[in-house]
Amino acid sequence: MEIESYNQLLKNYMEQGKEAMVDISGPEVVRVENLRVFYGDKIAIDAINISFKRNNITAIIGPSGCGKSTLLRSINRMNDLIPGAKVSGKVYFNGIDIYSRDVDPVYIRSRIGMVFQRPNPFPFSIFDNVAFGLRVNGFKLSKSELYEKVKDALVKAALWDEVKDRLDKHAYSLSGGQQQRLCIARALAVDPEVLLLDEPTVSLDPISTARIESLLRSIKDEYTIIIVTHNMLQAARVSDYTAVMMPDENMVGRIIEFGETRQIFTNPRDKRTEDYISGRIG
Amino acid sequence: MGHQVLTGAERRHVGLRKIFDRVLPIILSVAVFVAVATVASLLLTVIITGGHRLSWNLILNYPSANPEDAGMRSAILGSIFTVGLSALICIPLSIATAIYLVEYSRGGRLSSILSYNIANLAGVPSVIFGVVALGFLAYWLGMGRTVITGAFTLAILTLPLVTVTSVEALKAVPDDLRFGAYALGATTLQVVRRVTLPRALPMMLTGGILGISRALGEAAPILVVSGLLFIREDPTSLFSKFTVMPLQLYNWISRPQPAFIELSSAGIIVLLLILLALNGAAIGLRQYLIRRMGQNWR
Repeated sequence: MEIESYNQLLKNYMEQGKEAMVDISGPEVVRVENLRVFYGDKIAIDAINISFKRNNITAIIGPSGCGKSTLLRSINRMNDLIPGAKVSGKVYFNGIDIYSRDVDPVYIRSRIGMVFQRPNPFPFSIFDNVAFGLRVNGFKLSKSELYEKVKDALVKAALWDEVKDRLDKHAYSLSGGQQQRLCIARALAVDPEVLLLDEPTVSLDPISTARIESLLRSIKDEYTIIIVTHNMLQAARVSDYTAVMMPDENMVGRIIEFGETRQIFTNPRDKRTEDYISGRIG
Repeated sequence: MGHQVLTGAERRHVGLRKIFDRVLPIILSVAVFVAVATVASLLLTVIITGGHRLSWNLILNYPSANPEDAGMRSAILGSIFTVGLSALICIPLSIATAIYLVEYSRGGRLSSILSYNIANLAGVPSVIFGVVALGFLAYWLGMGRTVITGAFTLAILTLPLVTVTSVEALKAVPDDLRFGAYALGATTLQVVRRVTLPRALPMMLTGGILGISRALGEAAPILVVSGLLFIREDPTSLFSKFTVMPLQLYNWISRPQPAFIELSSAGIIVLLLILLALNGAAIGLRQYLIRRMGQNWR
């Protein structure tokens, strides 16, 4: 399935003469244009324009309820699963509009992985958790190939050494921090291009948090990472770019500032960013 | 809050709440006692009245005008056939409905209309289902007043109950797991087959048990469908005439001879034992599924 069908998808696009900017090697992996998301009649986020660069970590920060997670879920069409959610605007993934009619959300989600706030391992063994994505995506793998893929993912997620002797143990026997790294391994196993993380360390202790932050830095050369966090120090520690979101008076979330993390934290242009970062609001 | 100094009024309030806290368990335990005592006295009455009539004759013989010979063989077989068949129809159908409602038409308008109507259906008196089955299945579709009609009647009767439980079972699966699977590129079918259904199945089976238990005890709709028959042969096909245990008991109770009243008490014990065996089997299956899920589920 992998690359071949992906190229097929691109080919189909070009043959149909669509006005898509097809560019798999360009610096922008994901570009969001004029995105607006409704829940029912209420606008949750509006006028979102942002692009995410390949092999970089971009942090999205902002106070609770500003729509960080909504934006994140728009990028791999997880909003489709939320009753009443409606999306307008464009989200390009390698130049393909992921909301166009002929794009399969299932395919998008296998290319853009996601890790959630609370660790959510499946009630299976550690091995089966990591193998899940490979199995559902129909990878034709021999037993040893499957084992190698699972091992690779666990190594990348810095969990291998802790679990290599008990891969057949239930995932719930792991600690919270280990479970979250298992979820990262599970997402990496299907070899996505983009990894979305929705406040991945919010329920973890500082040591587990530090582990996850260092593993994110160690894999960023292979993936494009977008992390939502309301921990500003975390954004400062791990990210290359930072987007600051803020709800307006109607609780509609917007991006108020986007730039290199260093600039955002040392020399913010927007007064609200400065207030937020220095802890005066939020 | 905890360390604030309380005023007099608040203190009295605390005193009142403490009294409530003492009294409430007493009231509740009385309620429990009433429930248990009712069941116990019913069981005791049945055992005292009919215990000495328990014999293999009761299970192996056909009904007879002579209470010494009379048994409920045809009714037992009729019950097992119709209820078993109805479970085979009802449980898969209920699970399929629940999967559609919860996993496919998530929160849609159609889904809420359907859910509402299914819940309403659960409150319809059972005799209505009998009348509908008699008119529609037995006569209009020409299935006759037979085992298969009885099975369908019981299946329709238990469908809402089992569907509602199955829906609740699926809803009880945390969305975290669902989203986790979708985020890995799973299709809805894969999410259901690999994640939500295995987790919901034990609770769905509990619903199935409740449905079967209810079907086994139903007399009214079957009375309408099959009529009050005196049957001295085993049901051999889907189109056999049949009777069921509750109807046999009803028949015996309505006779004047005390011997038949005793016989019906003994019959109730048999019905309860079969119910217990069925429930036990289903609970065993449920525990087995839970254990298997807890270990290495592939």
